Amino acid sequence: MDDLDSRAAQALAEIDKADTLEALDALRVGLLGKSGIVTAALKTLGALAPEERKLRGAEVNKVKERLSDALGARKASLEQAELDRRLASEKLDITLPGRDGARGGIHPITRALERIASIFARLGYQRADGPEIEDDWHNFEALNFPPHHPARAMHDTFYFGDGRLLRTHTSPVQIRSMAGRQPPIRIIAPGKVYRSDSDQTHSPMFHQIEGLLVDETSSFADLKGTLAEFIRAFFERDFEMRFRPSYFPFTEPSAEVDIRWDAEDGSTRWLEVLGCGMVHPNVLKNCGIDPERYTGFAFGLGVERFAMLRYGVTDLRAFFENDLRFLKQFA
Amino acid sequence: MKFSENWLRELVEIRADRATLARALTMAGLEVEELTPLGDGLDGVVVAEIVAAEKHPEADRLRVCKVDAGQGAPLTIVCGAPNARVGIKVPLATVGAVLPGGITIKAAKLRGVESFGMLCSAKELGLDADASGLLELPPDAPVGQPLAGYLGLPDASIELKLTPNRPDCLGLYGLAHDVAALFGSRVKTGEQGPAAVTSEARRGIRLEAGKDAPRYLGRIVEGIDPAARTPLWLAERLRRAGLRPISAVVDVTNYVMLELGQPLHAFDNDTLEGDVVVRHARSGETLKLLDGCEAKLDEGFVLVADEKKPLAVAGVMGGYDSRVTDATRNVFLESAHFAPAAIMGRARKLGLHTDASHRFERGVDPELPHRALERATELLLAIAGGRAGPVLVAENPADLPRPAPVPLRRARLKRVLGVDVADAEVVRIFTALGMRVEATADGWRITAPSSRFDIEREEDLIEEVARIFGYDNIPTATPAGALTLAIEPEARIGELALREQLAARDYYEAVNLSFVAADLLADWGFTERLVPLANPLSADLAIMRPSLLPGLIEALRHNRARQQERVRLFELARVFHQGASPREELAIPGRTSQQSGPPVETPSLAIVACGNARAEQWGELARALDFHDLKGDLDALIAWGGEPRRWSVHADGLPGWLHPGRGARIVRDGVTAGYLGALHPQLARVLDLGADVHVLELALEPLLARRLPQARAVPRFPAVRRDIAVDLPESVSWSQIEQTVRRTLGERLKELRLFDRYSGKGVEAGRKSLAMGLILQDASRTLTDDDADRCVREAIAALEQSCKAKLRG
Repeated sequence: MDDLDSRAAQALAEIDKADTLEALDALRVGLLGKSGIVTAALKTLGALAPEERKLRGAEVNKVKERLSDALGARKASLEQAELDRRLASEKLDITLPGRDGARGGIHPITRALERIASIFARLGYQRADGPEIEDDWHNFEALNFPPHHPARAMHDTFYFGDGRLLRTHTSPVQIRSMAGRQPPIRIIAPGKVYRSDSDQTHSPMFHQIEGLLVDETSSFADLKGTLAEFIRAFFERDFEMRFRPSYFPFTEPSAEVDIRWDAEDGSTRWLEVLGCGMVHPNVLKNCGIDPERYTGFAFGLGVERFAMLRYGVTDLRAFFENDLRFLKQFA
Repeated sequence: MKFSENWLRELVEIRADRATLARALTMAGLEVEELTPLGDGLDGVVVAEIVAAEKHPEADRLRVCKVDAGQGAPLTIVCGAPNARVGIKVPLATVGAVLPGGITIKAAKLRGVESFGMLCSAKELGLDADASGLLELPPDAPVGQPLAGYLGLPDASIELKLTPNRPDCLGLYGLAHDVAALFGSRVKTGEQGPAAVTSEARRGIRLEAGKDAPRYLGRIVEGIDPAARTPLWLAERLRRAGLRPISAVVDVTNYVMLELGQPLHAFDNDTLEGDVVVRHARSGETLKLLDGCEAKLDEGFVLVADEKKPLAVAGVMGGYDSRVTDATRNVFLESAHFAPAAIMGRARKLGLHTDASHRFERGVDPELPHRALERATELLLAIAGGRAGPVLVAENPADLPRPAPVPLRRARLKRVLGVDVADAEVVRIFTALGMRVEATADGWRITAPSSRFDIEREEDLIEEVARIFGYDNIPTATPAGALTLAIEPEARIGELALREQLAARDYYEAVNLSFVAADLLADWGFTERLVPLANPLSADLAIMRPSLLPGLIEALRHNRARQQERVRLFELARVFHQGASPREELAIPGRTSQQSGPPVETPSLAIVACGNARAEQWGELARALDFHDLKGDLDALIAWGGEPRRWSVHADGLPGWLHPGRGARIVRDGVTAGYLGALHPQLARVLDLGADVHVLELALEPLLARRLPQARAVPRFPAVRRDIAVDLPESVSWSQIEQTVRRTLGERLKELRLFDRYSGKGVEAGRKSLAMGLILQDASRTLTDDDADRCVREAIAALEQSCKAKLRG
C-alpha cells in the first residue's frame, strides 16, 4: 500500500513535468494501462480477505481517480498551450486584399433611368416600349404635328431612305401604348431617342423617359402633384419648382418645369428639367380613346440631364466616351 | 423675337420694373431667353464732334484729336480708332466717367500727349458688339448732350424664345396684348390714318394661287430720296431688335414687321413689267434671290411675279433683280397674306430661314396688310419723301381665315385644370386678350382675334385661362384614378438584373451611339442588310449598327490607349437589320421579319474583354483571359435561366470576325442566338488591337427567358461517385464525351464532372487525358458497389467504342 502511495506521489510529480502530449500519454499507460501500477494493484485485491479487499479496493480507486484527474488536467493544459502556440503561428495579414473582389458597374445613364422608372413603377406606371426606327405617323402626325409644321423644325430628325425616321422623342410610345387599349392607363417609357444635332451640349443620341396617365379624373393639378412628388423622390430633397406655359403639339395646356438649382458658387438659378401637359384631345382621338370621357397627362424628361444633376457630371459627352476612369466612378 | 423694352413700354402701360416684366413674360409662356441691359453706366458720356485730327507725333496708329464737347474750348483726345476724322459726331467719355466694362476715364498722357477723355465704339459703351471703330452718330446729333438721353437710354434688349403657336407675338403690338392681359392694362392703339395719296401710279394685281394667297396689297411710292438716312430713333430700335440698319426703305419695312408682325417687301418699281401676278411656281422655274443664290422651284411654291418673270418667292425672300438699290427712286410696296400651309417648309426646302418665312409659316393676322401698308407709307414718306399712289387691293375674302367662335364649358375648364376659376376672371382674361366673349348656358362662347392662329378648340381656350390665371396658382393634387397592378412575368429575367449580374462579374456597362461608320463595318465584314441613314451627321455616324461589337471594340481601344490593360465592357442595346430574311437569323421570339417590313430591331447583349483573367492580384499566377473565361460568364447567365440543356455551342457557321478555331456559335432550341470567341487575328491587326480580345454577342430575349421552377421531391437514396481517367484523341470534344456517357447511363447519371484535362508528357502526341467524376444515383434504391462498377465499365466501353478512348491506369 505504501508502495502504491509513494509510486502515486512520484507519478503525480512526473505528470506535472510532462511537457508533451506524447510523454503524458506514456505516463498514462504506465499508470492506468493494462500493465500499469494501478491495474497491478487492483489485481492483488483478489488475494485479500473480503473485509480488507473492500478497504484496499477503495484506497486503490482513490489513487486511480487522483491520477486520472491529474492526467486529465495536465492534458487540458498541454492542449491549451499547443493551441495557443498554433494560433500564435497562424497570424494573417488581414489587410491584404481579398480574392476576386473586383466588380464592375452599370452606366450612370442606366442608373438614373432605372431610378426614375422605379419611382414611377411604385406609383403604378407600367413600363412600355416601342421601336427606335419609327414612322412619321407615330413620331409626328398622331402626336398632332401636321406635315411641315414649324414645331417639327424643333426636332432635327434623322431619316431613312423609305421615309421612316429615328424617333426624336419617346412620345410615340404614348400612341403605341394607347392604341387598342382603354384607360385607365399609366405607362412609363424609357429609351433612346435621336436628333441630328451634335455639340458640347447635344448628343445625336440620348435617352428620354415618357410618362403617360389617362383616366376619368386626372387634371393639371394632378400633373403638378405627380411631378413635384417625383422630383422630391428622385433628388431626395425639396426644390422650389415652377411650371411655365409652353407648347407641345400633343399636349394642351403644356408646361415646362423648372427647379431652383443651387450652383457651386452659392447662387441659384432656374433649371429646366422636363416638359409636360394634358394629353391633347386629338391625340386621344387618334388612339381611339374618347376625350370627353377621359383626360390624361403626359411628361417627358431627358435622362442625361437628371444623371448630370444627380451625379455632378458636367460634360454630356463623357456619357458616350465609355472611359473606364469615368465609368468606375459610378460603380 | 428680340425687341427694345422701351419700345414695348411705349405701346402698353406696364406698372412693373424690368425684372418683374421679364418674369411675367416667362411665366405666361413667352420665355425670356436673354435680357441685355443697355446704356447703364453712361454717366459722363456725351455727344462730341471731332473738329481737328492729326497724326500722333510718336505713334503711327494714334491720332491727336480736338474735340468739341460743348464745354467751350475743344478737348484734346488721343484716339486709335481707324475712323477718327474731322467732322463726325461721336460719343465722348469725359474724365470721371465709368464705362460699362468698368473702365474709369482719367486724364492721361499717351506717348507724351495729354488726353482728356476717350472717344468710344458701340462695344465700349455696351450697346452693340461692334468694336470696329467709333460709333458714328448722325450729323444732327446735338454736341454736348448726354449720350444716354440722346439715344433713348437706358433700355434693354429682350429676346423671347417663342413657341410656334404664338406668331401673334412676333410683332410688338401682339405682344402688347398679352402684356396688357398680364398687368391689367390696355394697349395704346394708335389709330393708323391713311397716307395722303398724291400720285396716280398704279399697277394691276392678279391672284392666281387660290387659298394660298388670298390677299395681296400693293402701293407705288414714287420719287423717294435714295440717299435718305434712317433716323436715329428708328435705327436704334432696329439695332436693339437685333437688326442692322441698311437703307431707309428696307429699314422701314423691317420696322413695320417688328411693330405689327406683318412682313413687307419692297420692289424697285422700275424693274416690274405689267401686272403683279401671284401664282404657283412652275416646275423647274428658277429665281435668283436677294442673297445671290439661285432658287430651284416647283409647284409647291407661291411666286410673286410680273407678266414676264418671277420677282419673289412669296413669304420667303425677294428676288435679286427687283431689289431696292441705292439708286431706287420708285418703290412697289407689298403687304400680303399668305396661308401658313403655303409657306410651311418652303424656306427650309431652299435651305433658308427668313424673318418673313418664320412669321408666315406660323400665321400672320390676315387683317394686318392694310394697316401695315399705311404705316410703312407714312414712315417712308416722312423719311425719304416721295408721292404715294393709291392702295392696290386684290383679295378673295372667301379664302381668308375667319376666326370661328369656340365654346368653353365651365365644367370642362375645372376638370382639366383641377381648379375653380371665377367666371369674372375667365371673362376678364379673354377680354384682355382681345377675344369676344358671349355667355352660354354652361359656359362661354369665345371668338379670337384674327391674329390668333392657335384658338380652334376648347383646350386652346383652357390653356389661355391657365396661362393668364397663372400655372403657379393651380394647386397640386394626387391622381385618384383607378390603378391596375402591373404584372411582371416571372419567367423573364429583368434587364436591370442582368446588368447588375454582369457588373458583379467585373464588367462595366458602356453606352455607344447607335450609328457607326460604313468603313468600320466593312472591316468587320458587316455588309449585308445594313440600315443606312439618309441624312447622317457624318460618314462616321452613317449606319445603324448591325452589331454592338464594332462600337464596343472602339470603346475598348479608347481605354487601351489610356493605360488600361485590362478592359471588360458590356452593352445592352438594339441592333438593326433590314427586314429581309437572312440565312442566319438571330432569334427574335414574337417577331417575324418580313420582306418589306420595317427594319428589325433586336435587343442584344455584347461583351468584350481583354487583358488578364483576373484583376492584378497577389494570390495566384497571372493568366491571360481565354475563351473559356468568357464562356464561363455565358454559362453562368444561361444557368440563371434554369434550362442549360436547351443551349448548345457549335464550331460551324462562324462569322468572319471570329477566330475559326476559338469561336462558337451559340444556339438555343436549334436557333442561333449569338456568337462567342476570340476576335479573328486578322481583324485584330486591322483594328490595331495589341492584345487578344474575346467577344460575345447574343440576342437578349433568348437569354432573358427563364424557367418558372416546378418543384420535385428531393432524392431519397444517396448518390455514388466513381472517378475515371481516359486518354482520347484531341479531336474528340467534351460534348461528344458527355453525350456518349449520358446516352449510355441514362437516368442514373446525375452529373458528369470534368476535373482534369492534361496533354503533354506521358500522353501520346495528338491525344489528351481527361479525368471525370460520375455522380450516379437511382430514384428507387441505394446503388450497390456492383451497380456502380457496372456503370463505370459500360461508360468506358462506350467511350472506347465511339470516342477512341483508352482507360488510363
